[in-house]
Amino acid sequence: MLPDFRLARPQSAAAAVALRAENPGSRFIAGGTDLLPNIRRGLASPEVLIDLGGVAELRELRADDDKLRIGAGVTLATIAADVRIQQRLPALAQAALAVAGPTHRAAATLCGNLCLDTRCQYYNQSESWRTGNQFCMKLVGDICRVAPKSARCYAAFSGDVAPALLVLGATVELLGPQGVRRLPLAEFYRDDGMDWLALGKDEMLYAVEVPLADGWLSTYDKIRIRGAVDFPPVGVAIALRREGEALAELRSACTGASSRPELIDGLEPLVGKPLDEAGLALLDKRLLKCTQPMETTVVPVPYRRRVMPVLARKLLRNLWQG
Amino acid sequence: MKNILGIWVNGRWREDAVADNALLLDYLRDGLGLTGTKQGCDGGECGACTVLVDGEPRLACSTLAHSVAGRRVETVESLASDGNLSRLQRAFHEHLGTQCGFCTPGMLMAAEALLRKNPKPDRAAIRAALAGNLCRCTGYVKIIESVEAAANAGVAA
Ligand SMILES: Cc1cc2nc3c(=O)[nH]c(=O)nc-3n(C[C@H](O)[C@H](O)[C@H](O)COP(=O)(O)OP(=O)(O)OC[C@H]3O[C@@H](n4cnc5c(N)ncnc54)[C@H](O)[C@@H]3O)c2cc1C
Ligand code: FES
Ligand code: FES
Repeated sequence: MLPDFRLARPQSAAAAVALRAENPGSRFIAGGTDLLPNIRRGLASPEVLIDLGGVAELRELRADDDKLRIGAGVTLATIAADVRIQQRLPALAQAALAVAGPTHRAAATLCGNLCLDTRCQYYNQSESWRTGNQFCMKLVGDICRVAPKSARCYAAFSGDVAPALLVLGATVELLGPQGVRRLPLAEFYRDDGMDWLALGKDEMLYAVEVPLADGWLSTYDKIRIRGAVDFPPVGVAIALRREGEALAELRSACTGASSRPELIDGLEPLVGKPLDEAGLALLDKRLLKCTQPMETTVVPVPYRRRVMPVLARKLLRNLWQG
Repeated sequence: MKNILGIWVNGRWREDAVADNALLLDYLRDGLGLTGTKQGCDGGECGACTVLVDGEPRLACSTLAHSVAGRRVETVESLASDGNLSRLQRAFHEHLGTQCGFCTPGMLMAAEALLRKNPKPDRAAIRAALAGNLCRCTGYVKIIESVEAAANAGVAA
């Protein structure tokens, strides 16, 4: 049995946002596959849960001319099985399919995945385990167990879908009592394990828009210990556009390696010419420069730092060679 | 706080007063005495609690009872009829797909959902459908063989 809370089941997004504004101690719940286990472990103790499952407008999925609009409540199983997405935005379909297991994906939603709580081996534990270790700053305690001298928390963002949407140039739509605002997905995240979303207290993630631009190839993959039901110790997404023999545009993003999904910058020297070893070496460097894997999982940091560029090179080469 | 939950469980419409914070698992096991659905972990890791909601597998430990109001829930208790095991249950029994039995209700429900959609799955499809269900006893091979045997024996259930 979970600790006590009240459950509200609004029928519209506007009503859900109004409830959120009226109840500071509330949380949204979508598929519940992240939040309910966290509540059971004492990692969240909401007074009110606002169930978005009854809000039909959040399940909209449609293509308008040059972009795909995905309602926040669309499930990952739906995204992974959508033929348009598989063909035009393969990184997104692959990332959705890489999340947890099939039963999770049937319930898990896009918004829940993008708003996933950050994770750490000192945080995602039972109450008694955390008590025995005197907690950590993300909840109750006062130091970050993976960086005890630091003033901030380094819990890692470990959602699979965000890096794919970052390289696909997605925009998020946030709905608040004042209406809708749009942000590039990269600006939705902050590099802080305790405060990783640029989401106002009374805002909800309402929809995601992904450009359907011609000529882009994309892919996502993650390192995993088991073939299913495994958060990514590291995940990498790549998108590129080729013009003849030259790489015309290139984007890369990582998950599991920092407190936010990281869009890798500084890749400009690779474009305007064919992919070569020097370009791959620069990609390695930029990945390691832009990310900061810490001991947030049992998978050791040196391994994650070594495997991240290996995975990125493999994905980039495969895309480049078609 | 309790509210009235209207829901189909194993083919019967029910209306029960159910606490807001009750998981579907709590409602089935403690409210209705349907203890076939197991809790094998502290949330989302093992698949032992798998039931069907409108024919799709769902983790009852990670679902609030009220969030599936009005929908059709099926548990392992619905598989046998008149004391006879379903074809899938029989296949698990005959092909040693069950040992301690703790994962079995979840395995059966995940496999049941698969066979309804895809009556002749290959091994890869069976593995993919059961990827979220852990078993500490069988080593999985016997489970996959059981599902294959049920498929070869004809339609599911
Ligand atoms: C065993 C296990 C393995 C897992 N493996 C993976 C994995 O490999 N990769 C991965 O990415 N995830 C994994 N997950 C986590 C989770 O299942 C997925 O990330 C899933 O997509 C979360 O979506 P949900 O709809 O269930 O979210 P919920 O649990 O409903 O919500 C998650 C968070 O988002 C907030 N939220 C929900 N909707 C909104 C909204 N519209 N606006 C603002 N905030 C909102 C909630 O308040 C909550 O804080 C795993 C979980 C488990 C239990
Ligand atoms: S009880 Fe383990 S996944 Fe539900
Ligand atoms: S038979 Fe014992 S856990 Fe599967």
